[in-house]
Amino acid sequence: MSPPASAFADADGALLQTSGLSRHFRLGGLLSRRMLHAVDDLDLTIHEREIVALVGESGSGKTTVARLLAMIYPPTRGGILYRGRSVHKLRSRKDVLWYRGEVPMVFQDPYSAMNPVFRVSHGVMRNLKLHRPELDRAQRREEAERVFDIVGLNPAGDMLRKFPYEMSGGQRQRVGFAQALAVQPKLILADEPVSMLDVSIRAGILNMMSKLRAEEGASILYITHDIASARYVADRIVVMYAGHAVEQGPTEVVLTRPKHPYTQLLLSAVPDPREKAVPVSADSGEPPRVIDPGEGCRFRQRCPYAIDECARITPVLRSMGPAHDAACHVAVADSVDRVRNGVNTPTSAERVIHRG
Amino acid sequence: MPEPLLEVDSLSVSYLTDTADIGAVDRVSMTVRAGEFLGIVGESGCGKSTLLFAIAQLLTPPAEVTSGRVTFKGQDLVQLTDSELRHVRWRDYSVVMQSAMNALNPMKSIAAQFKDTMRAHERTSADAIRARSAEVLHLVGIDAAHLDSYPHQLSGGMRQRAMIAMALLFTPQLVIMDEPTSALDVVAQRSLMTQIKQLQQQFGFAVIFVTHDMSLIAHYSDRVMVMYAGQVAEIGATTSIFERPLHPYSKGLLDAFPSVHGPRRALTGIAGSPPDLGRPPSGCRFHPRCSEAMAQCTTVEPELYLIDETQVRCLLYSEQLRDAV
Repeated sequence: MSPPASAFADADGALLQTSGLSRHFRLGGLLSRRMLHAVDDLDLTIHEREIVALVGESGSGKTTVARLLAMIYPPTRGGILYRGRSVHKLRSRKDVLWYRGEVPMVFQDPYSAMNPVFRVSHGVMRNLKLHRPELDRAQRREEAERVFDIVGLNPAGDMLRKFPYEMSGGQRQRVGFAQALAVQPKLILADEPVSMLDVSIRAGILNMMSKLRAEEGASILYITHDIASARYVADRIVVMYAGHAVEQGPTEVVLTRPKHPYTQLLLSAVPDPREKAVPVSADSGEPPRVIDPGEGCRFRQRCPYAIDECARITPVLRSMGPAHDAACHVAVADSVDRVRNGVNTPTSAERVIHRG
Repeated sequence: MPEPLLEVDSLSVSYLTDTADIGAVDRVSMTVRAGEFLGIVGESGCGKSTLLFAIAQLLTPPAEVTSGRVTFKGQDLVQLTDSELRHVRWRDYSVVMQSAMNALNPMKSIAAQFKDTMRAHERTSADAIRARSAEVLHLVGIDAAHLDSYPHQLSGGMRQRAMIAMALLFTPQLVIMDEPTSALDVVAQRSLMTQIKQLQQQFGFAVIFVTHDMSLIAHYSDRVMVMYAGQVAEIGATTSIFERPLHPYSKGLLDAFPSVHGPRRALTGIAGSPPDLGRPPSGCRFHPRCSEAMAQCTTVEPELYLIDETQVRCLLYSEQLRDAV
């Protein structure tokens, strides 16, 4: 069951690519025509050894993306290309096992992700048996201890014998990552892995994610609503709003020069004790309902810069700078604006967020 | 200085189980003045919610107040009977629970739930109740048309606002809030915080606001109390705690958050995890996780030492150590 050679990988090192990925859910009974658009037309690329943060509020579709990538359900439209193979054409048990082994998922709630009647070794050992049948019993044990060590659960021998209830939330989340690591993943789908944990132990898990990339070479899709933690671990940020990717780019670029008004709103709302004043905004933070959305920008009702065009034409991602895109009719690309005016001043939209 | 509105004096709460008494709140003393905003910060299991329930006299077995007093407007709430409490509760102080999803009855409209609440504490006509309900909903920015909505028809932010509206039905002098924003997204969270602060300034009620997110209250609270393992670790003015945290735990909490501004720097978090309150560590309860722990921290239990206006439970600030320096 040797995985295909990495020759399948894209020339630019893309590990996974989605094109026009969409997932709609039917609301109500079988005859209902009302469709909830959880994800629409998502083009997402994750490169080898890259940490990409998918940031958005609840209901933005970010967990649906993770579930699509984990083959928990099929897409309504569009597809996923993993190392050159179309994921939803994988049919044989062997192929599906291969993909699930290379792209495991770590769940949000470490308290409910584990069976309480089994020792924590159960999940790791089972993964090893299923995905790496070439190992014998002793080797599996050895490998389980190795991954427990990597995620900082030591002494690994004792930790493996524990039951979930004997562990703290942070330790359980480390078990989640150890389970994923055991299958020699290429891409870990981490769905809000720290949101249920206490603040004092979050940093430890975030640091561990950076270490997994550096030492194990795994890419990570880090799904979060917390843009500050995304900044801390991710190379690239993709901001989702109401099922659309509205902005993407290198982390520091998106954070220092956010182009989409939603990204700007999100950034201004992050509480920061180091800032002196609280930014005031009339926005009450009501998420949109994406049931049978028509054409148009889904952020327009909340957007301070909305123009007529926003109601008629759905904006698509446009280049705002090197590797930096935003889906907004109003946003002005970096270089063009500045070169044309011959001055290096922030755009009006940027000024709004960088007051004071 | 005016008499404090609420005075908690050496309050201890234990969960009495068959095998052991778990001291969830250990000799906590604090005061809340009229119109003040007190933030209580701590991680899960530090006793912050238990403390709130003890103040509001909402504890149910096996939790029990084992010692101490809660003096609210001159009377000790711990000694009051249920029927006496009924006159104080909700009229003079109210509680906003953590999860509006669970605190609202899914089978009843908002208006019906407001009516139940008012009827439990006061005899009023149906018209007056309806009028007052519409008024408080309007205060929190919800259209009165939503009076006949059911909880599932409201968004998470609106449900949490409805809970706050319910707490304001009688214009109490103290509103106790247990993580009211923890289920909300950042934008909704900021909007709700701003609104709470505006209402507080408008009506002059005091707020006790419990949260695990220290950065959230930086701009809203007057004073902050940091709790660790059932005890007060540090209590003082918000500005001084954020600018110059004294307790190593407070420092750790402040350093645990990545920031969206400024340079990107490595976070250390706090090593280890919160202690089991059934078997709290000897000496200072924080010593197993403390980066500044000294030999005596394992044996000597620190008191609260007063440094300027801040009280801090850490041997680094004990008189002996200060004399030695």
